[in-house]
Amino acid sequence: MGNYLVKRLLSMVITLWFVITITFFLMHAIPGGPFVREKELPPEVIEALNEKYHLDDPLYVQYFDYLKGVVTFDMGPSFKMTGVEVTDLIKKGFPVSAKMGGLAVLFVLLLGVPIGIISALKQNSWIDYIVTIIATIGVAVPGFVVATIYIYIFSSKLALVPSFGLESAKGYIGPVLALAFFSLAFVMRLMRSSMLEVLGEDYIRTARAKGLPEFIVIYKHALKNAIIPVITYVGPMIASVMTGSFVIEKIFAIPGMGKYFVESVGNRDYTVLMGTTVFYAALVIVAILVVDVAYGMIDPRIKLGD
Amino acid sequence: MKEKIIEVNNLQTSFYTHLGEVQAVRGVSFNVAKGEVLGIVGESGSGKSVTSMSIMKLVSYPGKIKSGEILFRGEDLAKKTDKEMLSVRGDKISMIFQDPMTSLNPVYTIGNQIIEAIIRHQNVGKDEAREKAIEMLKLVGIPSPEERIDNYPHEFSGGMRQRAMIAIALSCEPDLLIADEPTTALDVTIQAQIMELLKELKNKVDTSIILITHDLGVVADTCDKIIVMYGGLVMERGSAQEIFYTPKHPYTMGLMKSIPRLDAGDDGRLIPIPGTPPDLIKPPTGCPFSARCPYAMKICTQEMPGYTKFGEGNEAACWLLHKDAPEVEVDTGVVRGDVNAK
Repeated sequence: MGNYLVKRLLSMVITLWFVITITFFLMHAIPGGPFVREKELPPEVIEALNEKYHLDDPLYVQYFDYLKGVVTFDMGPSFKMTGVEVTDLIKKGFPVSAKMGGLAVLFVLLLGVPIGIISALKQNSWIDYIVTIIATIGVAVPGFVVATIYIYIFSSKLALVPSFGLESAKGYIGPVLALAFFSLAFVMRLMRSSMLEVLGEDYIRTARAKGLPEFIVIYKHALKNAIIPVITYVGPMIASVMTGSFVIEKIFAIPGMGKYFVESVGNRDYTVLMGTTVFYAALVIVAILVVDVAYGMIDPRIKLGD
Repeated sequence: MKEKIIEVNNLQTSFYTHLGEVQAVRGVSFNVAKGEVLGIVGESGSGKSVTSMSIMKLVSYPGKIKSGEILFRGEDLAKKTDKEMLSVRGDKISMIFQDPMTSLNPVYTIGNQIIEAIIRHQNVGKDEAREKAIEMLKLVGIPSPEERIDNYPHEFSGGMRQRAMIAIALSCEPDLLIADEPTTALDVTIQAQIMELLKELKNKVDTSIILITHDLGVVADTCDKIIVMYGGLVMERGSAQEIFYTPKHPYTMGLMKSIPRLDAGDDGRLIPIPGTPPDLIKPPTGCPFSARCPYAMKICTQEMPGYTKFGEGNEAACWLLHKDAPEVEVDTGVVRGDVNAK
């Protein structure tokens, strides 16, 4: 196991390096730069700015400088927001996004898994049909539509919840709901179909033939097998939900990570773009590692360490 | 006469699909006495597996036992609730299945899966159950069971998995063991070992066995009694001796001709039974085998024949056996033996 983790950490570093390299060169390949404005700046000013941020160095020098920065957890200063360090940006934005995302993940798991199971057990009942309809809507309707409808009904018409910000506990309901809606629908569907498949397996018949009560057949024998595909999906989902959604943060005016992530692209705010991308990539990589370790614990056929 | 462990009377089981009622079992009767082995023989779709699942009351949705009695030591299982069945399954009647590769839960150890059955039905603690599980594994011939008990199914070979299944099934000393094609998915050499083991254990734990198979070779030297099923009905019943040496029903004869044998005459060709089993959504009004029977007469397609008795427990349902039937030269498929059934 220890051996396995060392190997995995090494491959994680390599993956991250690939992400950094590809993002770095792609970013510089896009025309324009952080100091290109509609109202052009005097060439001397641009020159001075380029010099200040080392943008006049050859690309490979900038690249190695950046790598050095990443290793020392120094992501550099933002080109657009004067006096703001990228590291600070992440430190400030991530907890906001993570808290919201964490709640969304909990919401998805605590609701999606049980509903999926119930729906499978009551296959072709009215509960199952309702769940299937909701799941289909959830997968088809984008989060911003959910958010807009939510604000229209609950903030604008009924005035029950604030339409923006996370100052009160009530303020979390909308963003979490909008953020979780797609994943919730997806997990419900996944859990349902996986459960149905497992319930048709021979070993479920064996468990029943042993005289085990249905409760044990389902929660001991079926669930542990049926949950495996759900775990596969949940790992990357956690990473993506935790880093925030630009659209949801924009609609609810939440100062999370998602905003910086998207705005930095349009602004050619190189350091912010790199910083958020690297951070997101690292999160996904860690989430996948956690999923793999979880597999090994659930399914003995998957051996870690070789 | 020996005590009857189970007596099935006119069992009918149907599946209510959206295409219509599939009458998988259409009135089957048999009984098994203590320590006896009953073979149920028939090709795929003859209703033999549904019969066994009906006894366990594990017929899967949308199947239902329509009518009939399943008397287990005098109690009618057909009338028992799901809850009451929980104390019958695995304890008084247990079952082993066709495919040992998929019949064990891959995420739990072999031991876990034996122990849970023992704890479920017997008043023992965890340690005692583990002892018992090791003992069972030893009984079914798993080497070094103390270590193997903590293995997962994927660490067992197919034959060993079937042994483990047998260990689970016999762990609570059931009165009746239903073996649904226990050797079909195994290599021929392993098949022989498993059958040998079943025979040996039958005497050790004194259990009755219902052996379901489409392999006549398997039943020949194992079963005391055999019933031959076709189209959800019993076509012929008798002792192993009677079925093999004096088959009365053309279907049984057809089955005989389709098994490979060393002492066959001619060029040793296998003769398949042409055609396929009948559609059980609209089962034929006459004999279900009439469409494939080389000797079929007009009446065969119109009316199901009654059983003609040949002796204690030996009967067959065929119009050829009727007293008014014409004399027909019949190829019984029997090569050994000296009987020329007509």
